[in-house]
Amino acid sequence: MHLLLSGAAKNSRERKMPNFFHIVVCAGIAPDPLQTLEPATGPNGPGIKNEMLLPAVLDPWAASALYEAAHLAASCAGSKVWLVSLGPKAKLQQLMMTVAQKASFELIAIDGPIGGFTDAHATASVLAGAISAIAGLDKTKLLLFGGWESATRGAGVALQLTGELLGIADQFQGVDRVEMSDDGSFEVLERVEGGKHLASNCGGAPAVLGWATGNLPEPRNNPQVGMANMRTMMPALQKAKTAALDPNGLRYISVSLPSRQRSTRVVKDLNPDEIARELVEWIGAE
Amino acid sequence: MSSEVQRPATDVDIACVGFGPAMGGFLTTLTRAWDENPADPAFESKIAPGMPLQVICYERADDLAAGVSGVVTRARGIRASFPALDPTEIPMAAAISQERILYLLDPIGASRRSFILRVADFLLRPVTRNHAFELPWTPPFLRKHDGLILSIGQFNQWVASQIMASGIAQIWPGMPVGSPIFADDADKPAVLGVRLADQGVDKHGEPADGFLPGMDVNARLTVVGDGPVGAVGRALSKRFKRGEEHDWALGMKMVIELPENTELEPGTVWHTFGFPEPEIFGFLYVHPDRLASVGIFVPSSLGDPERTAYRYLQLFIQHPVLWQYLKDGTLRSWGAKSLAESGKTGEPILSGDGFARIGEGSGSTNMLTNSGVDEAWTTGAQLGEAVLELLRAGLPFTQENLAGTYEKRRRESWVESGAQRAEHARNGFHHGFVRGMIGMAVAGLSAGRFSLKSGAPPAHKQIRPFTAGDKSGSTLQQAAAQATAENRPLHDALLSARGWPEIPLDGRLLITQQDALLLGGKVQAMPGFADHVQFLDRNLCSSCFEKTCIAMCSGQAITAGPEGLPAFEREKCVHCGACLWNCAQSSDGEHGNIEFRAGSGGLHSAEN
Repeated sequence: MHLLLSGAAKNSRERKMPNFFHIVVCAGIAPDPLQTLEPATGPNGPGIKNEMLLPAVLDPWAASALYEAAHLAASCAGSKVWLVSLGPKAKLQQLMMTVAQKASFELIAIDGPIGGFTDAHATASVLAGAISAIAGLDKTKLLLFGGWESATRGAGVALQLTGELLGIADQFQGVDRVEMSDDGSFEVLERVEGGKHLASNCGGAPAVLGWATGNLPEPRNNPQVGMANMRTMMPALQKAKTAALDPNGLRYISVSLPSRQRSTRVVKDLNPDEIARELVEWIGAE
Repeated sequence: MSSEVQRPATDVDIACVGFGPAMGGFLTTLTRAWDENPADPAFESKIAPGMPLQVICYERADDLAAGVSGVVTRARGIRASFPALDPTEIPMAAAISQERILYLLDPIGASRRSFILRVADFLLRPVTRNHAFELPWTPPFLRKHDGLILSIGQFNQWVASQIMASGIAQIWPGMPVGSPIFADDADKPAVLGVRLADQGVDKHGEPADGFLPGMDVNARLTVVGDGPVGAVGRALSKRFKRGEEHDWALGMKMVIELPENTELEPGTVWHTFGFPEPEIFGFLYVHPDRLASVGIFVPSSLGDPERTAYRYLQLFIQHPVLWQYLKDGTLRSWGAKSLAESGKTGEPILSGDGFARIGEGSGSTNMLTNSGVDEAWTTGAQLGEAVLELLRAGLPFTQENLAGTYEKRRRESWVESGAQRAEHARNGFHHGFVRGMIGMAVAGLSAGRFSLKSGAPPAHKQIRPFTAGDKSGSTLQQAAAQATAENRPLHDALLSARGWPEIPLDGRLLITQQDALLLGGKVQAMPGFADHVQFLDRNLCSSCFEKTCIAMCSGQAITAGPEGLPAFEREKCVHCGACLWNCAQSSDGEHGNIEFRAGSGGLHSAEN
């Protein structure tokens, strides 16, 4: 269900778009959730045990943003996508060999610490600085994409702060869909409580869109896309600047994981009503 | 799939298939030379003049860290490539500090031991501790004392990061290679490149939503290092009628976090034999940070049709001599892999026009010294040196030129001399455990001058069939029927029927096989690929009583389906390839009834 706050012209995605966008996707990296992840406190504060030896993935919400960005750019001639990613250079290099096969983009790599136990203001400052330095970026056409949440233990505010630092006032969070109009304006569907969406009209770029899951499946690994991306990727990694993130007085007193419950039963011949009753009891007990 | 599909195509100088230790050796050698002198005209691309050499490597696994083996290796070849190697730079690596060989007696009494072995056990029992007899000395051919313990997942990751940092080679994970592209009109072995696997297809390989035909990668040189069950290497062996493996083993292991008060020191290496079955060799390697790799090898020469691995592994770690150290441990990772154990007798054509084979799939594993990674790495490095020589001389990658450079280096190296010594070392195992051990000792102590030179039958013929009225067959049949009725895994029922005790699951180290898939192996498969396990003639499956493919499937991806036919679930496959050599049926008399093709997915653990 959509809550339409203002009138919005419906446009087909296939329609030729006279407007182009410069889409910058901010995407951090996270430890592969398939690995055995254990919290550990080291000399630099909290983290994940043996984190540097674990493979990384693109932060899942930000990955949705990247796929949406690539899709949007493909439907708006003249558009371009940059992926700005902050993390240890070796990890970025390894991860990009997978990500680069899925969508066309130009990488802006920033060599920095792994994980989300950094001050969001410091992270946003580094990201905004890197975005401002992108050669050829037209800020009047800028759509700043990212995840509305993060799997890297972050506070989930770095994207908003980055937008603020770039002077972008129009910000949307929990985005599941964007419908572009010929005049460069667009309708945004944001998640609100109760499984509903809030529909808003935005006059056009610049804007910040923090994506939820979007509607696109994970693209297939396309070797041609990967090879095309590779032309700019290795130079970007080689010239990645090291970012020193100021803790700004941030200090973690304690870190803990949510309690994990594992209770598996194999049952046969249980009717749906009984299953439903047990589930309700179980949820109620949480 | 129609061959008329319009396929994208690209040209590269060197296309590489599979990223493991052998390809690590090859690409390290190549990229290091580039790093030393990028201006060397040898590195100018022939297919993109003015550009550096275009070198692309395709790997099936979803991540370069998704390796499978925890290994002990003398690391001669690896150290030759990295003379200043510091093991502490590689996560989970340790220099070997102590090495023991243990003969394990059976404290349960369920293993199949010959009369001779029972007598030996009786005589040894007074001098054993924890039902284990430690050999007073390690035969020289088995010693790894100056070597390393490695996690191949971590080692691959460490090597790949250095290769890719050079910028000249690209390694693409999550991209299975479907087949080689043969030069049909050539009068000698020739390959023109590779075809990547189709995506957006149904389980039968027919186009479906989002169909993406596999790209043709045309290459001046195709380097094949996709291991013993790789689709490209096996297609080459089949086409050129050389290199068909006959001796195999399934290696299955756990990475266990040892208890905080463990007395096991990093660098500890144990080799074991005798339990849970005499023919099953085992190992324990202790990594830094209280991690240990513990596993077994189930060989094809163990001809029992009801052979299995997961529960054998659980029984193995509970042997008293191991359990005293492992019982309070926690499973961190789990995995399985087929090993080609034919060695030199399974060696394929090593090179032809436009292609060269390296690593395990090229028959480099030494089954006398139980060593594969070092040899694989070295064959890759040798090819790297050969390619540099040809590039600098401006010579094409023809069979003659590759034979005169790569094969020549290999033949003159310790890899070849070791392979010759090991050529017949394992033959005795086809005639029983005791004869196998004698044969191995004779070959090892005589440096290969003497050995049991009996041949080995094809893998599918090594599985003993059950005959009508066979008591064990009858027991198996009852157990199988009961397992099906109770919806229990077949291997559990089979071992229970043989007298092995149930596993006391503790939810931490002793867990179900399905939990091992999810918690230990982190198994996943990308959608949109065809089933890579194909049962060629379903009538043969229908009439097959043994169904060893089900019992030996590491991931329980092959189960008994409707009408007793085996059913395959791609999402649970760990790509160990055991099904390939655990099929007792054959339609052509030479190969089993299961085809193992290129596929995506598998293990995701980085600690294997």
